[in-house]
Amino acid sequence: MLEKLTQLVNQARSELTAAQTSEQLEGWRLAYLGKKGALTLLLRNLGSLPADQRPEAGRVANEVKMTLESLYTARVEELRQGVLETELTRGALDVHLPGRPQQLGNLHISTQTLREIYAIFGRLGFDILRSPEVEDDYTNFQLLNIPQHHPARDMWSTFYTDLPGVILRTHTSPGQIYAMRKYYPQPFRVILPGKCYRYEQVSSRSEQMFYQVEAIAVGENITMSDLKGVLTYFARSMFGADRKVRLRPSYFPFTEPSAEVDIECFLCQGQGCPMCKHSGWLEILGSGMIHPQVLRNGGYDPDRYTGFALGMGPERIAILKHGITDIRYFFNNDMRFLQQFA
Amino acid sequence: MLVPLSWLKGYVDIDLSPKELANVLTLGGLEVENIRTIGQDWAPDKVFVGQVVQVRQHPQADRLVLVTVDYGQAEPLEVVTGAPNLHVGDCGQKVVFAIIGARLIDGHAEELRYQVLKKSKIRGVESAGMVCSEKELGISDEHSGIVILPEDAPVGSPLVDYWGDTILDIKLEPNMARCLSIIGVAREVAALTGKRIKVPAARNITVGEPIGGQIRVEIADPDLCPRYSAALIKGVKIKPSPQWLQRRLTLAGMRPINNIVDITNYVMLEFGQPLHAFDYKLVRALPGESTPAIIVRRAHDQETMSTLDGNQRVFNSEMLLITDGGGPVGVAGVMGGLESEITESTSAILLEAANFNYINIRRTSTVLKIPSEAAYRFGRGVDPELTLAALRRSVDLMNELAEGIPASGCIDVYPGKQVPTIIDLPAHEIKRLLGIDLEPAYIVRLLESLDFKCTIMANGAIRTVVPSYRLDVSIPADLVEEVARLHGLDKLRDTLIDEEMPGQQPNRDIELEERVRDILVGCGLSEIITYSMTNLASVACLTPERTMPSAEQYIKLTNPLSSEHEYLRQTLMNTTLETMASNLRFVDRVAVFEIANVYLPAIGQRLPYQPRRLSIGLAGARDIRSWLTNDSPIMDFYDLKGVLETLCRRLGVPTQFEPEAHPSFYPGRAVRINLGGASIGVLGEVHPQVCQAFNIEAPRACLLELDLDALLAQANTDVLFTGISRMPKLSEDLALVVADEVRSDDVARTIHEAGGSLLVDVVLFDVYRGKQLGEGRKSLAFNLTFQSPDRTLTTEQTAQIRARIIRQVAQKYQAELRS
Ligand SMILES: [Zn+2]
Repeated sequence: MLEKLTQLVNQARSELTAAQTSEQLEGWRLAYLGKKGALTLLLRNLGSLPADQRPEAGRVANEVKMTLESLYTARVEELRQGVLETELTRGALDVHLPGRPQQLGNLHISTQTLREIYAIFGRLGFDILRSPEVEDDYTNFQLLNIPQHHPARDMWSTFYTDLPGVILRTHTSPGQIYAMRKYYPQPFRVILPGKCYRYEQVSSRSEQMFYQVEAIAVGENITMSDLKGVLTYFARSMFGADRKVRLRPSYFPFTEPSAEVDIECFLCQGQGCPMCKHSGWLEILGSGMIHPQVLRNGGYDPDRYTGFALGMGPERIAILKHGITDIRYFFNNDMRFLQQFA
Repeated sequence: MLVPLSWLKGYVDIDLSPKELANVLTLGGLEVENIRTIGQDWAPDKVFVGQVVQVRQHPQADRLVLVTVDYGQAEPLEVVTGAPNLHVGDCGQKVVFAIIGARLIDGHAEELRYQVLKKSKIRGVESAGMVCSEKELGISDEHSGIVILPEDAPVGSPLVDYWGDTILDIKLEPNMARCLSIIGVAREVAALTGKRIKVPAARNITVGEPIGGQIRVEIADPDLCPRYSAALIKGVKIKPSPQWLQRRLTLAGMRPINNIVDITNYVMLEFGQPLHAFDYKLVRALPGESTPAIIVRRAHDQETMSTLDGNQRVFNSEMLLITDGGGPVGVAGVMGGLESEITESTSAILLEAANFNYINIRRTSTVLKIPSEAAYRFGRGVDPELTLAALRRSVDLMNELAEGIPASGCIDVYPGKQVPTIIDLPAHEIKRLLGIDLEPAYIVRLLESLDFKCTIMANGAIRTVVPSYRLDVSIPADLVEEVARLHGLDKLRDTLIDEEMPGQQPNRDIELEERVRDILVGCGLSEIITYSMTNLASVACLTPERTMPSAEQYIKLTNPLSSEHEYLRQTLMNTTLETMASNLRFVDRVAVFEIANVYLPAIGQRLPYQPRRLSIGLAGARDIRSWLTNDSPIMDFYDLKGVLETLCRRLGVPTQFEPEAHPSFYPGRAVRINLGGASIGVLGEVHPQVCQAFNIEAPRACLLELDLDALLAQANTDVLFTGISRMPKLSEDLALVVADEVRSDDVARTIHEAGGSLLVDVVLFDVYRGKQLGEGRKSLAFNLTFQSPDRTLTTEQTAQIRARIIRQVAQKYQAELRS
């Protein structure tokens, strides 16, 4: 009996080593450990042994069973490992092929610039307010201290509509009136973004439609030094921390004093180049202290309140920042342009 | 305004380089846009002032002469020229002489081309240089003759020293009307550089008969003509102006005509006072009178006259005319009449220097479309105190340059004389507006450098008398601006607002709009921005029949730049399709959106209704083409619907869809987007003929437009946390067979309702039609997910729910289980 067991172990061991596939393995398991397997049959014969040999044979038979089982488990593991290894050597990808293209959309460059402006003024506590694009002459001009036929009207070429007195707004400045009437009598600071329109021949430098963002602050203690501080903060946030900023006297009928704001040309570092018309400076926005009459038209007493206003064009800013050579790209909506700014 | 530096220097000392001066002016509020240098190319050792010594006939050519020129060197040189203004026997003319090696413009070339002068033989005679034309020197296009310099030109002097110049091109804002003259600019230069201005005193010639009795002036409408001054000059000889005057006019951008017209232009450029010269002999007396009369009055409606430019003009009663005893002789401040024009035969000049209401002049010049130099200046405001000084200066020049004999005295009718403006600048106004402290004495010094007369009052205010030419200064803030620009805006502090202000208020409207943009970009769409103005032909393309919309329903621009952009848009659909079409020419996938306003007439409202719209357009391949996704399917209705469903889910808006028959869309492939019972937009596959009309080169295009205001009004972005169940999920499929017309969304909703709270998800994963189902039937296969928040579900429980679902769909839709 013991002999048979030893023989069985040896035979099983060699057959197990020969088993290569999971089918052969299963065959082996059935042959030795299965219900009709060799070991089971042997164990069934234990009863026919003399009683004194039974305990010893039973012990050995159990050992054999455990040995065979652990051999089987090890072989299963060994084979699985082998299969995996074979799989892994066959499974290499062509890593030089490009990845799966992802489809992300993108925001229009004007929107991106607007958001940047919102963020910068947001950090300074400015609200955002919008007012109508189609506006009346009274609000677009007259309430801003630009009477009919006033010479200052030369500064804005206007689109007129067939509705009497209704025009396309030439700037976001009428928003100043809406803002003042909304916040009165509180002090406030707000930016006024939106589309504006000018009756100007479309060219590489001029568009009939464009965005503008006006920023205004009104209070009992707002000065032109605050304006300069805000402008400097804005220009450096937008164009770089060590940009030089320059204020130059100018004229807008709704501000007094008025100033044009230039930043140092970043193409030539102020040395002069075609982009800055050899001046070393790039004009980025107009600004000033709100004219007393405009404050009054908004409801604020100019003897008590002061305020500043500034206005800029996001397209102009984008043009300068990205070196865009032609403003007409903005509203042509050529994906080859728009997707450059993704 | 073009300012020749040589002219400017006559009134103020300038010791800055042109570039430095330009910088000072720019920072002082007179933006110098361009600096042009005249004579840059005139090498000082090659181009000289010369003098003709002798002119001989060229031995070989009839039309050429040999000119010997003295140019200050030991030996004069002989050159060959064909200039028609040099003749055999001439001697003594001052000319511009260029020697070999000079680099000049090629006078014969059409385009601008430079050439270096080489030694050459012309028809057998050696030419040692050249006498130059204006074109060759780059002054003008004149090449018919050579330049003849004034008699006092210094022979041998480098031309650049004698004739070189720098011209500043200054951009003047409307408040800078006072600087539309050389003296006006000189005044600013003086104030900005701490110099004094020098204006030549008039000679006050009084040789002729007194002017009184020879002309009568009446202002019938003094509200439009505060002042009318006039002088009379007789015996004038009309001829070309001298070279120096012509040259100054040319450099300042005006064309010389004759000495009288040139003098009026010259004095206008010098002082800023427009002048007008009438032929005195043609000025008529009133009926029954003998003295020629000028009457300044409003036109009668439909009154007519021909202006100097030869055009017949029709006036209305808002326009101001200069008339004489017989009728109109000029449009006041805008342009003279043709009949009283100065001609070769004019011998007596009635010279007008008047002042007019600027708004009225601007309006007249705009309505009549006459943009004259005079109207430009009057339209921006001219100092009424200027008339006499300008008249005297003109009289001096007409005496000097046209041999005129001035009548003694001037006519001066001045009904609109103003008292000087006085402004009290409160003590703290500078600090209040600028945020910096300046000493009162310093403020006074700055203002006085600009001719303001200042007194410091007991209360600290500065009482300021405004000079008559400062029409732009009327309130304290104007004075603050003057102080600020002279002190220097760069000297302001950089402070951030330190006033206590209410905290920043969110703008939900804008925030939601930006969220919409982010969601759509996340869906793979690119944002476009198209014009707000459109054309009706493009809108018509939105219907297969190309039905033109009714123009009366649209707001129309009265002055569009082109007929392409003539109407304010009422839809974004056409420009979205146009953008898709133009891009599909070079990409195979277009996925775009736009958020913009449309403009709808609102009867009885101050302004049109301007709601926000969203449009989305999809066309072409679903996937970007690559080796992984070659032959991608084309985007269809469901791609677009999925984008909108995503958007609505993210915004928390419960939109519904109803089939829609819309002319722009493929029949049966469009839905109306409903929200709270109201339609807010439409979505679908574009009608093939509409695609064709827009030249969309893709198998199909999908389009959506909705009312974004309505959508965002229902947005619910407040999220409440829902507990996450740890209990196991049970998932089973349910295939139902229903009639074709049964709506899958209705079935899904019923399943949801019947399933109750333990049915957590229902996904339609297959739709099948086939013979075994029978004609007009379809199978809808749903995957149902069951889960309880707090216990493990048994199959008995889900079977109960499933039975309930099957009962209800059977009852409502006659749905049968698919076997
Ligand atoms: Zn530059």
